[in-house]
Formats: sequence, structure tokens, C-alpha cells
Amino acid sequence: MKSNRRDIVGIILLSALVLFIGLYETRTEAGFSSLTNGIITFDTIVRVGLLTTVVVGLNLLMGFAGQISLGQASFYGLGAYFTGILTARASTIGLPPFIADGWWWPWLLMLGGMIVTGIFAYFVGRPILRLKGHYLGLATLGLGVVIAILFRENFGISPTTLSLTGGGDGIAGVPRLRIGSFELWPVARYYYLVWIVAILGIILALNIVNSRVGRALRALNASDIAAETIGIDTSHYKTWVFVISTMYASLAGSLYAHFQSALSPPTFDFVASLELVVMAAVGGMASIWGAPFGVAVIFSIRELLRARMHLLLDGSTGAYEVVAFGLILVLIMIFTPDGVLKGFTNLIAKLSAKLRPRAQL
Amino acid sequence: MSAIARKLTPFIIFIALIVVIIFLGNRRDFGPQQYGQFILDGIRGGTIYALVALGLVVIHNVTGIVNFAQGAFVMLGAMITADVYSREWPIGDTPKMIVAILIAVVVTTIIGILFERLAIYPARNASPLTLIIITVGAYIVLQGLALIYWGSGAQRLPAFSTLFSENARDTIYRPLGIVIKEQSFWIWGTAAIAMGSLAWFFNRTILGKALRACAINPKAARLMGISPNRMSMLSFALAALIGAIAGVVLAPATSPIYDMGLRLGLKGFVAAIIGGFVSAPAAVIGGIFLGIIENLAAGVTNSGLKDIFAFIILILVLLYRPQGILNNSDVTEKV
Repeated sequence: MKSNRRDIVGIILLSALVLFIGLYETRTEAGFSSLTNGIITFDTIVRVGLLTTVVVGLNLLMGFAGQISLGQASFYGLGAYFTGILTARASTIGLPPFIADGWWWPWLLMLGGMIVTGIFAYFVGRPILRLKGHYLGLATLGLGVVIAILFRENFGISPTTLSLTGGGDGIAGVPRLRIGSFELWPVARYYYLVWIVAILGIILALNIVNSRVGRALRALNASDIAAETIGIDTSHYKTWVFVISTMYASLAGSLYAHFQSALSPPTFDFVASLELVVMAAVGGMASIWGAPFGVAVIFSIRELLRARMHLLLDGSTGAYEVVAFGLILVLIMIFTPDGVLKGFTNLIAKLSAKLRPRAQL
Repeated sequence: MSAIARKLTPFIIFIALIVVIIFLGNRRDFGPQQYGQFILDGIRGGTIYALVALGLVVIHNVTGIVNFAQGAFVMLGAMITADVYSREWPIGDTPKMIVAILIAVVVTTIIGILFERLAIYPARNASPLTLIIITVGAYIVLQGLALIYWGSGAQRLPAFSTLFSENARDTIYRPLGIVIKEQSFWIWGTAAIAMGSLAWFFNRTILGKALRACAINPKAARLMGISPNRMSMLSFALAALIGAIAGVVLAPATSPIYDMGLRLGLKGFVAAIIGGFVSAPAAVIGGIFLGIIENLAAGVTNSGLKDIFAFIILILVLLYRPQGILNNSDVTEKV
């Protein structure tokens, strides 16, 4: 296993990078996007931070416990809608203003969303996690689709009686976060919050992985039955790692609601869940560090295609970018099935082996 | 939970579902005629799900892959037929339709083979999750290409019955006040023929038996001189063929559009799971069952909720009868 020292170096490097990008955005005239010729904007970096948090949770579940989830975006949505409904719709559902206007209320909701999502995931997860492999994947897929439809259909309540999710239009006007009277906005301020949460999430996940729980998870990833024979309560650990992964998603969802200030159902549908799994797989699921890497790679490819595809192909439209994205995805999975990070380190190992003086051989 | 309780739970859930449907239906004053209409429409939709499920089962049995691109084959079948038929050719409408269908089926099958050779074969030793993501990528590519080539508008294909009659629109029958379009019979007939030929292929031909052998035990099959690689290609070709046929008969009943594949593919999964994901006849019954239940449930509630019922059924079946609703054995996985 990886030594802890490497992880500490990783945390320091990531924090330094985050600080650099943040300072570059605020201290220079042109802002961060000028560094990348406007291809990757500062907003994109915030989104990378949000999804890193989700994918770290997903990595714990898929990479370490070996349990597939094809419905993770719906838990991201649960957090987002929990925050969205109880802030932007506070007057509709009759919350007294001294609560709804308090600066502490959204922070409480963030925590509340995590707890509610976690409890929900616990009760849903216990039966579903009995399933294995494709069956588990399809059950979580089904769960994700059901939750996404409930968002779109206002939980089945007639919108004229009580509009909670706003149906297909979604929710607008989610307030920005504040601490006392200090508003965490413009985006350069919010950016730090998002990335602090992401880095804390990574640290927590690394601790879980390197603890007794992490060893138990790896054992049941290798073999359920073997894990059980050496006294690991597999269903207990599976359920808990599922709950933790959904809480990561919910927290990121709440942060997303305050960032975007508006919510719409497609952000949390089946395609979004699939994208999260793709990010986890592209980064490499066997390592927590795969998460930020995978999210960043997918976002970079997409933004790069959006900005530069028309140079390669005359009259290129959004559809061409989608096709190119799909092709790149297939190629990545064919050539680096263990994730880009692993493929990258393997390549470096190979190169350095070649460059080594022959005398040593 | 005791064994008996576990066995009874699905029945109790099923009966509860029927009771709820009838209760909600009564509140809207639905008579037998409405229920008949729901069931009939459900059978029609379910037949398409069944065909999608068949394609999924064929690939899953031979290669162990859950193919997310299956819906794209249906979309291609429908779109290519509609496209070719809409062109001005100096031949009559009926021959043009036949040519359009042939082109659609052949082109889609070739795409299926190319997909296997270019994307699945190079990664054949990768983990199942990697392969699933590859099929997702392939789906994104196929749907994107369809969007580029055909645009975001819906295509149109006339009902097959209009080729044989003077009417510009599909013939409609009304037995007992239930509306049946003639295209429904084309769907059922084609599905029946497709399933019959598939059964014949798997049970009576050497190639079909080789495919089955590969599904049961790839190593033993290899020892008998069967190449699992070629069987993998064959299974994708077969799945693409079935998908294209489903698309062809579906095209006149809906307006085919570039993104129709995802929803159909997902419903096909549900149908295949209801059937147990291993047997072709069970997948067909699963599809029809799914079509009926979801149409009834959506009919008595809100059509926006239609998909919810399909996926709730999926979860219930997975939890209580992962071996499928027909299979009585408790063995859930091939060893």
C-alpha cells in the first residue's frame, strides 16, 4: 500500500495548487482563465472541486468496497434539493423569517441534508447492497432514475397545490452562503470553501482507507466470503460505506445549490450518474487520488473540445464535441483500464527504466 | 425474515399493486374498456422492450457485458429506415420500404460488428465495469453521430398498412371499443417471427449451439474448437440485428428521434432483469409484463410518473426475485 508520506505530499501539493489558482484569479487583472487562453474558466475549477467531493465518496464505495453505484447523482440531487427547497421555497412552506433569513440556516441545512440523505441511504442500502455486480449496478440505477423523476414531477404532488421542486423548471434564487454578515461571494471566495471541503473530504477518505475499516473494505472487495470467514460483518461495512459515499454527494449537492443558485432536474439524472462513474473510472478507482484527477481530466477534455474543436473541423457544432468526447472516453478505457493516473505512473516507470544506464542491468 | 415470508412477499406486493391500480382507476371512473386499452397499449410497448431485452440477453450470455448501447441499435434501425424511405426514388412505395428496411438492418448489424471489433475486442480482458463504460462511450458516439447526421428533429415513417391500402393513415380496428392500430399487428408479428427464428437458431443450428456453449462455459467451448472471440462478435451482430428489427417496426408507431435509444435501452434492462437476465423467452415475458404494468399504473395516475413504476418494479424484482419472476430455483448466478 501507499505510504502515508506520499498522501501528505499529495495534500500539500493539491492545497498549493488550489491556493495558486485562487490567488492568480484575485491578484491578476486577467484572472485565472487567461492562463489557459480562456479554455478553462475559474467557474470550471469550482465545479471540479464540487464533483471531486462526490467522486471521492464514489471511489470509497466502488474502488475500495467494490460496490457499484449508477445512481450517485440522485444523492447529489437530494442534498441540492434539500438546501434549495428549504431556502428558496422557505416562504412557500411557511418557515418563519427569523429562521429562513438567519445566516446559520443554510449551514444547518447542509448538515441536515447529509443526515437525511444518510438515513435514507441506510434504509435503502441495507436491502440493495445484498445484491452483487451488475445486479447492484442496475438496482442503484433504478433508484437514481426514480429519485430523478420525483424531482422532475415535484414528488408526485400536483404543482398547483404545493410546488416544491418546481418540476422541469427547477428552483431559482437559492441564496449565497454567509458567515455572519460576511458573504461567501463573489465566486473567488466561494471557491476556497468548495476546495477546503474537497480537500477535507480527501483527507477523511484517506484516513478511512488506511484504517481498520479500510482494510475490512478491501477484504470484502477481494472476496465477500473470505472477508466473512475472518469475522468481518460485510453487510454492516457495505451499508456504512454506502451511507458515507451518499453523504459526500449530499454535501457537494448543497454546495452546488448555493454556487449555481438555481437547480434543474437534468443535473441529477441518470446521465449525470453515469458521468460520475466515468470520472471515477477515468481517474482510477483504486486510489482516492484518482478522484480529483478523473474529474479534472473529464472537465478539461470537455472544455478543450468546446473551445478548440472548431479549429480541427470546420462547422463543428456541439454534437461533434459529444462524439469526440465519447471516442476519447472509449480510447481511455481501452488503453488505461485502471485509470489515467495509473497509466501515467506506469508510463513514467517504463520511461525511467529505459533511461536508466545500462551498466546497472 | 423466514423463508415462507420471503417467498410470499413478492405476491403480496403484486396483489397490493393491482389493488392500488383498481382503487385509483375507480376514482377516475375507469371501466373495463379503459383497462383493456391500457393493457393493449402496454403489450405493444412491452413487445418493443422485449426485443431490446433479447438483444441484451444475447450479449450478456455470451460475453458477460451489460450493453448500454443496445438502445442505439434500435434508434439506428428506426432512423435509417425513415431516412431511406423519405428519399425520392423512381420505385414504388412498397419496394422502397422493403429496400429501406433491408438497408437499415444491414447497416445497423455492420455497426454492431464494428463496435465489437473496435471497442470491445481490444479491451476484452478488462474488468466488467471498464467494458460497461466502453459501451456507454459507444452509445454517446452513436447518438452524437445520429444528431449530426439527422439533426435534432423527429423523423417520420408511414404505417406499413398504408402501403397496401388507399388510406393515408394507419387502419384502426375497434373491437369492444378498444382502439388497435394495424401497426401493432406488424409489431407483434415481427416480434413473434424474430423470436421464433432466434429459438430455431439457438436450438437447431451449429452456430447457435456454439454460441450457447460459449455462454455456458467459454473454456470448454474453446477446447471443442469454438472461438470465443468470434462468438463475441457474433453476439454483437445478432444483438444489433434484433435491435434494428425492433427499430424498424417501432418507427411508424412513434416518431424516431436521435435520443430515443437511452430510454428504450433502460426499459430493456428492466425487462431483461424481470426475466432473470439469462433466458430469452423469460426476457420476452418480462418485457410484456413490464409494458402492461407500467401502462396501467401510469394510466391511473400521471403519465409523467410512468417511468417510476418501471424502475420500482426493477428494484422489487432485484430484491425479491433476482433469478427472475419465472424461474423457481434459488440459484441466482451461473457458477
